[in-house]
Amino acid sequence: MGFNKTLRPGLVQIRVLDLDKTLHFYKEILGLNEVCRSSDGLRVCLKAYDEFDHHSVTLRLASEAGLDYVAFKVNSPEELERIKDEVVAFGYRIDVIPPEYDQPGFGKRYAFTISTGHRFQIYSDVKLADQTPMIHNPDIWTEPPRGMRATRMDHFLLYGPNIAEAERFCKEVFGMYAPEVCNTVDGNRLAVWLTGSNKPHDLAFVEYPKPGKIHHLGFYLNDWTDIGNAADWIAVNRLKLDVGPTRHAITRGLTIYFWEPSGNRIEVYAGGYSAYPDHPQRVWDSDQLGRGLFYYSGEMVPSFLEIVT
Amino acid sequence: MRDTFVITLNAGQESFLCGEDDTVLAAMLRQRRGHLRCGCFGGGCGICKMRIVSGAYHQIKPMSRAHISEAEQAEGLALLCCIAPRGDMVLSRVDGNYE
Ligand code: FES
Ligand SMILES: [Fe+2]
Repeated sequence: MGFNKTLRPGLVQIRVLDLDKTLHFYKEILGLNEVCRSSDGLRVCLKAYDEFDHHSVTLRLASEAGLDYVAFKVNSPEELERIKDEVVAFGYRIDVIPPEYDQPGFGKRYAFTISTGHRFQIYSDVKLADQTPMIHNPDIWTEPPRGMRATRMDHFLLYGPNIAEAERFCKEVFGMYAPEVCNTVDGNRLAVWLTGSNKPHDLAFVEYPKPGKIHHLGFYLNDWTDIGNAADWIAVNRLKLDVGPTRHAITRGLTIYFWEPSGNRIEVYAGGYSAYPDHPQRVWDSDQLGRGLFYYSGEMVPSFLEIVT
Repeated sequence: MRDTFVITLNAGQESFLCGEDDTVLAAMLRQRRGHLRCGCFGGGCGICKMRIVSGAYHQIKPMSRAHISEAEQAEGLALLCCIAPRGDMVLSRVDGNYE
C-alpha cells in the first residue's frame, strides 16, 4: 500500500510525576524496553519490542502530568523539507531541533504548535534500535514479551480548541485522511479520527476549550486474548481501570482504558479495520457517541469524555 | 495496629473512615461518600481536588501543578488521591468537581 507523506506517529514525550513508579509501569507492566536515559536522569527513552526505530516513548519527570509533544516520521529527507515548507505556508512558525539534540538516535526535527495548542514535530531520520525485530528468517520475538505485551506505540487522542483547523492541517500538510468523524446536532465537528496509513487512526482530536490536553496514549496489542491478559495485569497491580474491556464501534478496535501511576490515561488496543483513503467516510451523530465508543454497553461513561490530563 | 481516622464532608452531613496508609480518595469511593467523579488516582487529572478545612495529612504521591499550585496547596487545597490522613479531617467541596 502506498503510504501518504506521513508514515506514522513515531515518538511521544510524556510528563510524569513519579519517574521510578511510572517507569516501572511502562517497563514491567506495559512491557516496553528501556533504551537510554538522559545524563541528568530526568528523562528515560523506551520502545516496544516489535518496533524498529531507536525509541518511541520518552518519559520526562515534571511537576505536571500530560503531553510535551508528539512527533511524526515522514518518508524521506526531501519529504521532510517539503512538509516543513508547507507547515510554514499553512501559517505555523517552525523551530529547528538539531540531530541528537535531546532524543538520542533522532536526526533533525522541525517543531511547531497547531491550533489545538499541541506541539507537533516531524522528522525523517532515526537510527534503528540496537534490538529490533528479526528480519532474516525471523522469529516472532527475540526475548519473550513482558506484561501486557505492547507491540507498538499506536495512536493518541488529543483535546483542544479548533479541531476543524487541526483536521485541515493533518489532511493538507501531512497528507492524512479521516476514516471517521463525529458531528454535533448543529453540524459542527466534535471529534475526528485521522490516519496517514491504513491503521484506522494515527491520531484523533476532540473539541475542548483548554489547549494542549491529552486524553490517552494508545498501545497496540495482538488480539482479544492479550486485552484479557492486560486486564489481569491491571487488576493484579491495582491500577485504576477507566473503561473496558470493550469494543469501539468507531475503528472497531478492542480496548481497555486505565491510568498509569502519574495520571496519564493509557489505552491498550487490538484489532481495528483496515482503512483506505478511497473508502467512504463513516459519520457519527454526537448522540450516538456512547455506542460508537463503548459498543457493548452502548452507553457513554461521562468521566471518559470529561477527564483529561 | 494501624490508626483509622474520621473524615467529615459537606459541613458534617457525611463522614467515612480512612486508615493512615490509605488515600482519602480510595476510602471515600469504597464507602460511597462524597460523590466525587472518578479520575486517575495518580495526581495527574485534578478531578479529586477538595479543600482541607482542618486536619493533618501526609502526602504520599506528587500532585500535578497543572491542577494545584503550591499557593493553592498552602492555603488548604489538595488532591485526595495523593494524601493519607494523620488525624481526623474535615473537607469541603471545590466548585466543578461534582456530578
Ligand atoms: S483522581 Fe486524578 S488527580 Fe486525583
Ligand atoms: Fe484510542
